[in-house]
Amino acid sequence: MKKLPSRVYYIFLFGFLYIPIFVLIANSFNASKSRNVWTGFTFDWYVKLFNDADIMSALANTIIIALIASTVATVLGTAAAIGIFNMKNTARTVIMNATYLPIINPEIVTGVSLMLLFVFLKINLGFLTLILSHITFCLPYVILCVLPKLRQMDIHLYEAAMDLGCNRRQAFRKVVIPEITTGIITGFLMSLTYSIDDFVISYFTSGPTSQTLPITIFSMTRRKVSPKLNALSAIIFVIVLAVLLVMNVREIKASKKNKNRR
Amino acid sequence: MDKIIEIKGISKEFNGEQVLDNISLDIHDKEFVTLLGPSGCGKTTTLRIIGGFVTPDSGDLFFNGKRINDLPPYKRNVNTVFQKYALFPHLNVYENIAFALRLSKTPEKKINMRVNEMLELVDLVGFERRSVNYLSGGQQQRVAIARALINQPKVLLLDEPLGALDLKLRKEMQTELKKIQQHMEITFIYVTHDQEEALTMSDTVVVMNRGTIQQVGTPQDIYNEPVNAFVADFIGESNILGGIMHRDRLVEFAGNIFECVDRGFAPMEPVDVVIRPEDIVLTEPTADTINGVVESVTFKGVHYEIIVQASDTWIVHSTKAREPGDIVGITLSPSDIHIMKKSSAFSQGSFITDETEVRNIE
Amino acid sequence: MNRRSRYSAFPYLLWMSVFIIVPLILILVFAFTTTVKFDNTGNRLTNDQAAELIADWEASGKAGDFPVKEKFYFTFDNIIQVGNYSSTLINSVILASIATVICLFLGYPFAYMVSRMRVSRQKIMIMFIMLPMWMNFLLRTYAWMTLLEKNGWINRFLELFGIGPFEMINTQGAVVLGMIYNFLPYMILPLYSVMTKIDDHTIEAAYDLGANRVKALTKVILPLSMPGIASGITMVFVPAVSTFIISKLLGGGTNMLIGDLIELQFLGNTYNPHLGSAISLVLLVFVLLCISVTNQLDSDKTEGVLL
Repeated sequence: MKKLPSRVYYIFLFGFLYIPIFVLIANSFNASKSRNVWTGFTFDWYVKLFNDADIMSALANTIIIALIASTVATVLGTAAAIGIFNMKNTARTVIMNATYLPIINPEIVTGVSLMLLFVFLKINLGFLTLILSHITFCLPYVILCVLPKLRQMDIHLYEAAMDLGCNRRQAFRKVVIPEITTGIITGFLMSLTYSIDDFVISYFTSGPTSQTLPITIFSMTRRKVSPKLNALSAIIFVIVLAVLLVMNVREIKASKKNKNRR
Repeated sequence: MDKIIEIKGISKEFNGEQVLDNISLDIHDKEFVTLLGPSGCGKTTTLRIIGGFVTPDSGDLFFNGKRINDLPPYKRNVNTVFQKYALFPHLNVYENIAFALRLSKTPEKKINMRVNEMLELVDLVGFERRSVNYLSGGQQQRVAIARALINQPKVLLLDEPLGALDLKLRKEMQTELKKIQQHMEITFIYVTHDQEEALTMSDTVVVMNRGTIQQVGTPQDIYNEPVNAFVADFIGESNILGGIMHRDRLVEFAGNIFECVDRGFAPMEPVDVVIRPEDIVLTEPTADTINGVVESVTFKGVHYEIIVQASDTWIVHSTKAREPGDIVGITLSPSDIHIMKKSSAFSQGSFITDETEVRNIE
Repeated sequence: MNRRSRYSAFPYLLWMSVFIIVPLILILVFAFTTTVKFDNTGNRLTNDQAAELIADWEASGKAGDFPVKEKFYFTFDNIIQVGNYSSTLINSVILASIATVICLFLGYPFAYMVSRMRVSRQKIMIMFIMLPMWMNFLLRTYAWMTLLEKNGWINRFLELFGIGPFEMINTQGAVVLGMIYNFLPYMILPLYSVMTKIDDHTIEAAYDLGANRVKALTKVILPLSMPGIASGITMVFVPAVSTFIISKLLGGGTNMLIGDLIELQFLGNTYNPHLGSAISLVLLVFVLLCISVTNQLDSDKTEGVLL
């Protein structure tokens, strides 16, 4: 009897979150152009989606920008985390507060401030400015992923490596880097997702020739009816679901392994 | 003494696992009762049933003669000291202790008085305004006790309260807990897996294993007269050997026939023979002793632990050192040979042949 | 590691100075200045005159120097002008606050109930909360357009019962709904992560000491989850108050928020980065104030809680 209210509540909450998405997905198979009349089943919108040159070039841009920005951010961010880890307390606090700044800053403020900078420096808005902006907002996430790993690391590991004959560089490569690899990878993946997903900052720092996928999506939502967008949503939903499921299954497997070992 | 808590035929299952199997137990007023057993024996579940955090699948729980199965914890005149204290991290020492009184809207003056009494009782005067997060384990422990006692419960439940403390502190707290119990004149139900703790503090020890009660008795009873090999092995170290009861007061084990003081077994019944290591006297080997070779000698402070390899491996406690390789004789007096029914739970390859009650040894 | 490795943070510091600190300083500078245009002889020009001169110059094949010079002058005008938009600012704050409060009430029981489940089940529940978050928020918002339209799914559904149709899209309610839908997970996740750290025994201790369900909630669970409430509020309120797309898509053109106002100054036809910077500055200061207030919420009593 205690269960019923909570069940109703779960159904309401998940219904609220998922019904809009399922309606989108259902509409992606709707032959009618109108969103509200079902006239028959079709894959047309998917075919049209893949034949849409704008969307495909935006997709390519998004992926290229995300890969370049995440790679640069990961390298810079990892070096920065190691540097910050070795700083004195006061310097570290000041820099960490500055690192949080772009995270707590409303995105739109970051976006327009970068736009001002590029206009001020007379850099044409386009591919370059997008990459620079994306690196900027990815950097803090990399640092926040790597820094905790450094803190968890036993500092004696580094000393032990040197004790056993490594020089500083070898000790670093053979001991420190492997210890923080998971943090670096998480940081890279987070950067990748944030970069692919970003709309607001890209909106202010992109030029007409360098549209990313979210910006193209935005211009599509401005048109009243765009069934291709439904198809795109469905594809993105399936990809995200697959990624999350794989991650969860791996985690469960890993924890089971740990249990067995114990 | 009056019965304050009666457990009648209580069983409990978790995820298809029988945690408690039809246990019954009476607990008397002002008694210090310890539930003792290895992890997973059901002792904590028993405690949580009394506390009201777990509802039994079957059976009844009585408090002062009233059935309280369905009474929520906040309506029971029973309080708990939790395993890791479960202090409220957002409240300071004073407010943690005052928590129960604040709930019952006690006037400020009385709260102040009671809290101060409690602080004195647990020796924490001056710590009122401290955050509980900055106390040592021992101090947190004291706060937890004071917090649970402030409502003047009839029964205090303690779930391995000393488990997180170091040895020295644990000994101190043992005496202190005992003192508090006598001072407050209430019933303590104490859960532990530490047999020494159980023997030191309790009026009554309840030994549990695999969801059943093995033996109930005073610490002396439990130690000197364990009812089965499990209890014997769990309470202190023991040599447990397979034997055959020839007739009353005559048992065969380790290749010899010994006199003993036990009777009431069927002729030629297989039994467990339990001998405490400190009851064994090492002598020069003779025809009447069990002879073996000393395998190792370890100094333990009060005594030497000597491992003797005969037809069985024996643990012997002795104040006199031996050298490894010495040939020694094991001498036993009849009253130190404890005969027990084979318990299927403990010795493999044997099973209970009849359903007669597990007897105490006279 | 050693002191020398701290220099590896240098490129990052340089990067952050150029791309975070300098832009924020630019915002500050633009907010307190105005651009005045002159011709090469030092006469002040209006915007139209300047545009004319440039057009002439370009028509003449760019002969001679660029004909217009710009100078920045310090002014409070922009900040004062922000006051003209106070109704928009207040409206944004109100809508974002409503959305935040509803998210809190909607998410709190869920976060608590999930935190008391078996760990494997917790993982699944949280995964399904995060899943919509991973879809682009434009798509999520677009999904609601389909539902809320005049002849959208909800109105069609209500029609079956003979009620409606209701005007749902292009209302303030739709904007609030869009905010809740987009930011609800940002409320649930921090709440959940704080609540998983509350020991079951702590709650049992409250029951044990005489607290019923309500008292256990108000005296123990609520105070212990304060840090989660604080960060949940920030994580919902900040993006909600500064959003500009949700209002565009679900509010129609009529329900402007601060974000729309800023966008208009930078990318709209009323290009005025000075005013835009001033509004951004006001927004930034307001957000920082809110964050420091919510931080007070939990630092008050839970000081020393080891998180």
